[in-house]
Amino acid sequence: MSFINYASREINCKIVYYGPGLCGKTTNLQFIYQRTAPDAKGKMISLATETERTLFFDFLPLSLGEIRGFKTRFHLYTVPGQVFYDASRKLILKGVDGVVFVADSQEERIDANIESLENLRINLKEQGYDLDKLPYIVQYNKRDLPGAMSVDELHDELNPTNVPEFEACATTGEGVFETLKAVAKLILIDLKKGK
Amino acid sequence: MSNPTLVMYDEEFQEVNEVIERLLKEANAKVIFLVDKNGQLISGVGETERFDTTSLASLTAGNIAATGGLAKLIGEKEFSILFHEGEKDNLHISIVGGRVILVVLFDNRSSLGLVRLRVKKSSEELSAIFEKLMNKSEEREKRGSADFPFAEITDDDIDNLFS
Repeated sequence: MSFINYASREINCKIVYYGPGLCGKTTNLQFIYQRTAPDAKGKMISLATETERTLFFDFLPLSLGEIRGFKTRFHLYTVPGQVFYDASRKLILKGVDGVVFVADSQEERIDANIESLENLRINLKEQGYDLDKLPYIVQYNKRDLPGAMSVDELHDELNPTNVPEFEACATTGEGVFETLKAVAKLILIDLKKGK
Repeated sequence: MSNPTLVMYDEEFQEVNEVIERLLKEANAKVIFLVDKNGQLISGVGETERFDTTSLASLTAGNIAATGGLAKLIGEKEFSILFHEGEKDNLHISIVGGRVILVVLFDNRSSLGLVRLRVKKSSEELSAIFEKLMNKSEEREKRGSADFPFAEITDDDIDNLFS
């Protein structure tokens, strides 16, 4: 649910990065944070455990510039990927405008990817959303690792609805901004339709 | 979609600000914020420049969401008031009209009792304004989205954002 403020001429949208534990959601946000000009970003907040696993969420506010005199701001959130944090994950999805599913390309994580994707669908449904109607992007992360499955295989398992998909290596930043741009664009196109 | 887009117009924005400006004085508070339940800052008055308002809004909404989850687990609808006591500064957080969050930051020049009392009165006024706002948005939506600022944007406008 975006927020349009005529008084301050701003439009705010919420993007959630979803995916199994250790797939690289937080790393995506960290790279975006590092590579964004200081005036275009706010502080990045990570509510993490002592071992740097996401406990509740990461948050990064970005402002992209103006469209027709309206400042566009995107609030990027990640969810905690570990299975037992499901109650927290549901909360983060509230008011979401667009979703990025970050998949771990390693063969041994395919079941975790599938489980997380099913969990995303279920949790969205509980909030009254349909993944097939939301701006939604799939990112195949960790393409650099030797155990990575082919994109075709991943596509068959994780992207049956043929949404835009990107290969990425979040640690080096490859594909990170391409993913962000794609989801932001889908959200703005959705807003244009006026839902 | 489960929630319609929240739209804030100039008229209601001023009304909201009048209410929270008054609350700021009457409750002897330092800062007051209004935050959407999804973590978007709606407005703030007082010493706002001393705070990272965007982060504050996001964490407040996360806080309300987490305590709301706790409430449901024990069979409550929600916890409508949260109070955080610090060494110097305190936070009084309450839900207004079921959809926005009112955050009052105050120190020992005020008291919890005073803040609670004043917040209660202001909450009613704010509820009425947000109710009006929702009705207005719904009406406009029914009439079609002709006055929607993004209806006429082009693909080029969107591409330019990323150039």
